[in-house]
Amino acid sequence: MFDWFTGLAAWELLALEPPGWGGVLLRGFAASIQIAIGGYLLGFLIGVCGATGKLYGGPILRDVLDVYTTLVRAVPELVLILLLYYAGTDLLNRFMAMIGAGPVDISGLAAGIFVIGVVQGAYQTEVLRGAFKAVPHGQIEAARAYGMSSFQVLRRVTLPGMLPHAVPGLANLWLIATKDTALLAVVGFSELTLVTRQAAGATKSYFLFFCAAGVLYLLLTLFSNVIIGWIERYARRGMPAVR
Amino acid sequence: MGPELRSWREPHRLVLIGVAVAIIAFAAINMRWDWLPRYSGRLVEGVGTTLWLLFLTSVLGFLLAVPLGLAQAAGPVWLAAPARAFCTVIRGTPLLLQLWLLYYGLGSLFAEYPEIRDSWAWPYLRSAWPYGVLALTLSFAGYEGEVMRGAFAGVPKGELEAGRAYGMSPWTSFRRIWLPRAIHRALPTLAGETVLQLKATPLVATITVVDVYAIISRVRQDTYLTYEPLLLLALIYMILTGILVVAFRWLEAKVPVKG
Repeated sequence: MFDWFTGLAAWELLALEPPGWGGVLLRGFAASIQIAIGGYLLGFLIGVCGATGKLYGGPILRDVLDVYTTLVRAVPELVLILLLYYAGTDLLNRFMAMIGAGPVDISGLAAGIFVIGVVQGAYQTEVLRGAFKAVPHGQIEAARAYGMSSFQVLRRVTLPGMLPHAVPGLANLWLIATKDTALLAVVGFSELTLVTRQAAGATKSYFLFFCAAGVLYLLLTLFSNVIIGWIERYARRGMPAVR
Repeated sequence: MGPELRSWREPHRLVLIGVAVAIIAFAAINMRWDWLPRYSGRLVEGVGTTLWLLFLTSVLGFLLAVPLGLAQAAGPVWLAAPARAFCTVIRGTPLLLQLWLLYYGLGSLFAEYPEIRDSWAWPYLRSAWPYGVLALTLSFAGYEGEVMRGAFAGVPKGELEAGRAYGMSPWTSFRRIWLPRAIHRALPTLAGETVLQLKATPLVATITVVDVYAIISRVRQDTYLTYEPLLLLALIYMILTGILVVAFRWLEAKVPVKG
């Protein structure tokens, strides 16, 4: 009658050593975190460039960036991941053939980071642009009037001024990045969700493994929230408390 | 939006539009689209399934989000704590994982009970779409419940006190003041939340629900084409997103901003 409960409680399946699947799960979790960090950083790089381009670029660059952010935000991540995964590997191989080198085997890790990065970049562009525009222009003018160089203005006024406006959005995007890595399961990359499904399918204890993976994702989210809280408190120092 | 729409005739925009038209023409001529007529009927059906899923799960999810938000904003601890835990779990784990937990987990669990297998509900429980609807509904409720918490908490206390001063019972003041004001405050987030929900629907194709994404996957398997079906799929989702955004803008224009 309660065999599902014993199935749920077959904890030896989670053991780290080979009869158990705990080690496989943890390796998948590590891969997920790696992709999330790499994709997030790549996205931040794209976001900084994109926001700079949208704010200071010429009319053509601004329109092209608008097309990029609109397209990425209007198409499901799952579809984007498939498109970028095939298009990215295909283009790279054509490029390698063009310069006379043989086809390269792209690691799933690099492809995953690339895909998550391009998606994150569109959202981070918008967050950073909004945060930059939230810095009162008078402050920047005041800094210039003091004779600060543009780098000094950036370091002393613009960056500290935009940080409190950027942190909530960027933090939210980090949480989205960690969860978007699960979509790479669909292209067959062995991150946490896919190895969980394999482990569950092999042992037939679906509840145990999917719950265990859920706990891992949840721990990552809660841990991130603690760090985000610290960063937010630092970014908002000297400002009135929210609510 | 206004000035951007008006200025499409600027020279550099004309050039960009020309480039876009050239790319589309290149794609239309040089790529293979002969499969399109064969699948057009099924594609329309798939879009219908996607939209039906979106509509059903958004409405059900919103209905579930109202008590979730209320419990967190004003409920006693024994209601607020589970509601907050639910929202945290839903928002802290990937939807794909939730979907697979429900489909494979609950599905294999139900199959073990002869009572369930022999009951009238079995044909439904054996198919995939109830699990897709359930997972998408819970996901929408989790995200929107958090929004509703803030919306309920943000309704000025004075308005509720005014209701009480008029002699309204708690239920009447909830029905006439608190709920409408909270929904009004949550409305701007609803557009973005619904677009996110649309973009989450293709995940149900991984549990064999036949939405437009599943049809396109079928096309890719049948024709061995990589890009054409995916590009068409991206275009379909872009159009659906555009329609949603315009519809919500229209809806928001109907509702008075200052209330």
